[in-house]
Amino acid sequence: MTAEAYNFAYLDEQTKRMIRRALLKAVAIPGYQVPFASREMPMPYGWGTGGVQVTAACLTPDDTLKVIDQGADDTTNAVSIRKFFERTAGVETTEETEEATVIQTRHRIPEKPLTEDQILVYQVPIPEPLRFLEPREVETRRMHALAEYGLMHVKLYEDISQHGHIATTYAYPVLVEDRYVMDPSPIPKFDNPKLSNSPALQLFGAGREQRIYAIPPYTQVVSLDFEDHPFDPGQWDEDCALCGASDTYLDEVITDDRGGRMFVCSDTAHCRARRAAGHVGAMGAPYEEAEA
Amino acid sequence: MYVAVKGGERAIENAHAWMAERRRGDREVPELALEQVAEQLSLLVDRVMAEGSLYDPGLAALAIKQARGDVVEAVFLMRAYRTTLPRFGATEPVDTGAMLCERRISATFKDLPGGQVLGPTFDYTHRLLDFKLAAEGEVPEAPVGAPREGAVPHVVSFLNAEGLIQDEPESDETPRDLTREPLDFPADRALRLQALARGDEGFLLGLAYSTQRGYARTHAFVGELRIGMVAVEIEIPELGFSVEIAEIRLTECETVNQFKGSKSEPPQFTRGYGLVFGQSERKALSMSLVDRALRWKELGEDFVGAAAQDEEFVLAHSDNVQATGFLEHIKLPHYVDFQSELELVRKMRREAGAMQEAAE
Repeated sequence: MTAEAYNFAYLDEQTKRMIRRALLKAVAIPGYQVPFASREMPMPYGWGTGGVQVTAACLTPDDTLKVIDQGADDTTNAVSIRKFFERTAGVETTEETEEATVIQTRHRIPEKPLTEDQILVYQVPIPEPLRFLEPREVETRRMHALAEYGLMHVKLYEDISQHGHIATTYAYPVLVEDRYVMDPSPIPKFDNPKLSNSPALQLFGAGREQRIYAIPPYTQVVSLDFEDHPFDPGQWDEDCALCGASDTYLDEVITDDRGGRMFVCSDTAHCRARRAAGHVGAMGAPYEEAEA
Repeated sequence: MYVAVKGGERAIENAHAWMAERRRGDREVPELALEQVAEQLSLLVDRVMAEGSLYDPGLAALAIKQARGDVVEAVFLMRAYRTTLPRFGATEPVDTGAMLCERRISATFKDLPGGQVLGPTFDYTHRLLDFKLAAEGEVPEAPVGAPREGAVPHVVSFLNAEGLIQDEPESDETPRDLTREPLDFPADRALRLQALARGDEGFLLGLAYSTQRGYARTHAFVGELRIGMVAVEIEIPELGFSVEIAEIRLTECETVNQFKGSKSEPPQFTRGYGLVFGQSERKALSMSLVDRALRWKELGEDFVGAAAQDEEFVLAHSDNVQATGFLEHIKLPHYVDFQSELELVRKMRREAGAMQEAAE
């Protein structure tokens, strides 16, 4: 079947309307998980069907889309999702964070601060932050309704008593506008501070679990912690080997089988922009136009 | 100098091309025709239609061919196609009492109105490899008899007449639609049955088997198992009456379960129900055993903590398209999360090492 046989951005208008209703509710109740009738998509559950449905419901023909996975535009699944929307929506796509109006992401928030004109769509595997403490949906929904989050604090406390610090490094739970505890999706906790007070609209889609939630612009988002054990986003001893950045999230790349390794920015667009601006890391070569 | 891994796009295209070549296999061997799949692998086609929730043998055959025979992949293709189809309306409930039965057996009575009809079953075959099939010999035609006259009443209706089996509450309420509303707990029976009907055969088989082995035992008898064609009718508002739009093959199973009574219910037989597209006996039986186990609450039975009694456990995990997607997605890159775990383990090892040194 050709792309023309499908509606703009694949989903039919009725389905988009259903998703937009869920999105509006999600925006109205920040951090609350809104059930929605997630559709089977032509990519498997776990590949970002929730994010894809949210993106499809948000896209207009004038939008410019960026898709990242692990912070990179060229990871296979990011390539695949970007191609999907190029084919079904015919929208412009970009790798530059500042050019995009809609950014779909898996596991990262771009390093470059977002603006009011941007929507960040997260792919979410397990939307329920309490799921691994309580497997039953009926129970967790009740806990959210009563704002009964003691169990989560006990879990974090147990971490501290066992390890001396909170041993959660990604999908680190947050409290949204003093009301709902929310799973920020499996972003590293390094990215958690970017969630709060962001000018951009942040939307979260969990396809298999049939949930949508949102952080509207300029919403207070606090990573859970204790007064005597404040939240620590973590830091690096190294700088990016390519662009020399000292304030970005780094991937460790194994360079040989004798323990050799280097650290590079996980946000490939950010790294490239820095190198284009003349920054050079310890192992980097001067930027060449052909790399873009 | 490290060069960032580029070329995801080309890698994907090449992988698809290689996969297509593997699917075709040896080009000396004639290509598989969809008619061959539909006609000669019909139970596979039935399973893909059932779990794909789409009755179309031709599309199911295509899905099977495209999926290189992988059932779950074929089911996924059917589901992804199904979801794009427009909805014109809802059919009338099918009348399985009026089914043209090609198979109908009851394990609870020696003989009964409508008779025991074995039909095309593996049940009494000896499982010896038939090398005649390898030699591509034509099968002799099966003997033909006169069809049985008259209706084939449901077995449970006999028990019902005596008041021995629990009555199902009648309702004209439109059941909730699993494919158009998010699954919501607690689920009612109609919704549970919808989920079970499209659930993975292997998963339901395992659950049903677990009830037989004592994890929420339900003492099931096969009251009746029937397979055959039923008419699908839809009411056309402009005409004001129903017209038949299709005939489909269904497998229906009703189990009769022993029940000693509870605080709220008198001693009587109770029921489990299974209804599946195509000829899918194992699935229909499994479905009815699991359905019965899930009914503990309405019958006032105890929750013994068995998996088959737990509707959230059963319904949240029975869909193989969801399950395989989430399971297989761990193949996708997770290096960002892994990096933070790596840092954490290094940090904890440093701390543990420092503590050990201090102790020595």
